[in-house]
Amino acid sequence: MQRPKKVSGLRLNTGLWEMEKAFPGQAFPLGAVHEFISHAKEDAAATNGFIAALISQLVNKGTTLWVSNKRTIFPPALNAFGIEPERIIFIDLWRQKDVLWAIEEALKCDAVSTVIGELSELSFTESRRLQLAVEQSRVTGFIHRYNPKIENVTACVSRWNIKPIISETYGIPGTGFPRWNVQLLKVRNGKPGSWQIECSAGQFRYINRQAFTDTEIQKRKAG
Amino acid sequence: MRRYIAIWFRHLKTDWMIRRQPELKDIPFVMAAPEHGRMVIKAANAAAQEKGIDVNMVVADCRAILPTLQVLDDKPELTEKLLNALAEWCLRYTPVVAVDIPDGLILDVSGCPHLWGGEPSYLKDIIAKLSGFGYDVRVAIADTIGTAWAVSRYGKVSQIVERYGQLEALHPLPPAALRLDTSVLERLNKLGLYQIKDFIKMPRKALRRRFGDVLLKRLDQALGQEYEAIHPIQPIEPYQERLPSLEPIRTATGIEIALKQLLEKLCLRLAKEEKGLRKCVFKCYRIDGAVKQIETGTSRPSRNANHLFKLFEQKIATIEPALGIEVFTIDAPVVEDISAVQDALWNFSEGGNGTAIGELLDRIAGKLGMNSIHRYLPDEHYWPERSVKLATSLLEQPLISWRTDLPRPVHLLPAPEIIEVTVPMPDYPPMLFRYKGELHNVSKADGPERIEQEWWLQHGLYRDYYCIEDEKGARYWVFRSGSYKQGDPQWFIHGFFA
Repeated sequence: MQRPKKVSGLRLNTGLWEMEKAFPGQAFPLGAVHEFISHAKEDAAATNGFIAALISQLVNKGTTLWVSNKRTIFPPALNAFGIEPERIIFIDLWRQKDVLWAIEEALKCDAVSTVIGELSELSFTESRRLQLAVEQSRVTGFIHRYNPKIENVTACVSRWNIKPIISETYGIPGTGFPRWNVQLLKVRNGKPGSWQIECSAGQFRYINRQAFTDTEIQKRKAG
Repeated sequence: MRRYIAIWFRHLKTDWMIRRQPELKDIPFVMAAPEHGRMVIKAANAAAQEKGIDVNMVVADCRAILPTLQVLDDKPELTEKLLNALAEWCLRYTPVVAVDIPDGLILDVSGCPHLWGGEPSYLKDIIAKLSGFGYDVRVAIADTIGTAWAVSRYGKVSQIVERYGQLEALHPLPPAALRLDTSVLERLNKLGLYQIKDFIKMPRKALRRRFGDVLLKRLDQALGQEYEAIHPIQPIEPYQERLPSLEPIRTATGIEIALKQLLEKLCLRLAKEEKGLRKCVFKCYRIDGAVKQIETGTSRPSRNANHLFKLFEQKIATIEPALGIEVFTIDAPVVEDISAVQDALWNFSEGGNGTAIGELLDRIAGKLGMNSIHRYLPDEHYWPERSVKLATSLLEQPLISWRTDLPRPVHLLPAPEIIEVTVPMPDYPPMLFRYKGELHNVSKADGPERIEQEWWLQHGLYRDYYCIEDEKGARYWVFRSGSYKQGDPQWFIHGFFA
């Protein structure tokens, strides 16, 4: 298996230096297939939100295909993650086999910048095919596996798990910006880790727990 | 410079009747249909016309003139059927043939007569062949449709009007040769203008005032100053290629080779004409007479043989060659211009290879159906289910901007699902709710955002939406349908926030 090469001229600027250190070459691997696993519906929404925020830079550079069976994504919401929803082409299919075929075809097409695939099962052989496809075309793939039967080994470059965590409202009534516990469970040639991230207006930010001590909040309220 | 031929069938329907029943040949007969309670003549043969019987006369009057007159039932749909058949037959003379209801054909013969050795022999051939069928025809050739028509009907000198000779040819003809309404003709007659030369030199202003724009338009068309369009029965040069095979083809490989060759020929032609096809039909003519066909469509005009071949490739297996296929044809019934403007939208992808995307989508649509591909645009509705609409094409741009001021969940359930809630007070968000048997304690809530029913589309209760977060940090979009004043309202979950 090839080492993921850097895609020429493209670098995903996540704004998260600490997280990027976990990857080989201190850069988010593009031209590779990433795997996300979620079990609950709430986690699935958080995962899709995280993916959307992550790819917002890529979407505006090229075409994005969102292939899924049983899609629940609500296009207007993508705006909040910095994506123009009309730039995404959704491919909605029923059968797992068709989803895989469509993902593979899309990953082979080098005019596409990103492919997001939503399905539950992905065998090692299937993931190997996807990985081989992107090694040729340098397309970045995100496979979101919702409620898989087993978390089998795959040929994907990384495996993630995103869970929503309690948002911070700084004393203002209502709900705050989405916050996630981002777990990088596996990464090839890198160091797995876990971070707590907030996303506002399509930008990531670490949650620095020390920064918001009670006094700080008191000050903000007073200010 | 174009050349047109007008063919006039003087007794179209009766000639056809004589062909069917040769015993009618020398007997005066007419074809009549009831009109306002009397039988009116719709067609009369030459023998009847010699006796002074003509179209639009009443049968009873004609019986007085000629008691032996035979009256047959008129067939109103016959004219069009006959003319279409004759027009198709005339395709041997030129590819552009149009039907001229009620009694003629127009042929665009530009660049054809020299193949028959000049215009005189060309016309002679047409007349000889049609007369051979038993049709009484008059033919004229001219630079314009108008002049050819006029000379074929009213010309007395020559059936060939020389290049730029329209004016001289029209001079001695009666005004009726200009294809005018009877009311205009009557007015011209009343003023003593019996020939075209009487008024052709008159100031246009005066002619327009007295006879309307139609006269001037017809004059211009006859003289070639205004273009006149015809509707050819067969669209000009269909995008079609054919490949006969020496021996019947029975193998899939053979079919693939034939398809590749045909596609290459077709695409070469499309490339020359800067066009691309949207729809393509591949037909296999079997020796036993059956025709097997497969077809495919593209989302953008395409002339990439490899891509089109890939679209067909998946369907080749459905062709049953049986005893063998002797002829292959490929048609492109829908062809569009490929212009530079159409590539614009896809230029945002680096390198601007939008064609590759189009081809990818075609492959997906070809295998899994066109309705699996969706693209969404904002719609002017507050009701969440209606706030997006499907884009009809990949190039359609949003007419209004997306709303970003209100929170919308990243996952929306296809239909709202009922939840059980505990609410401290009416108009308050729930304290806790049960969804799919699991209890969630609400720790933060935002709202309500009231969305009213669009009464012009649907009646029902309004919805009060709340964004709520439970103690674990999961965020939901729930709503109350109606208010507590109207009894016990139901609560629903409608989506999940990221």
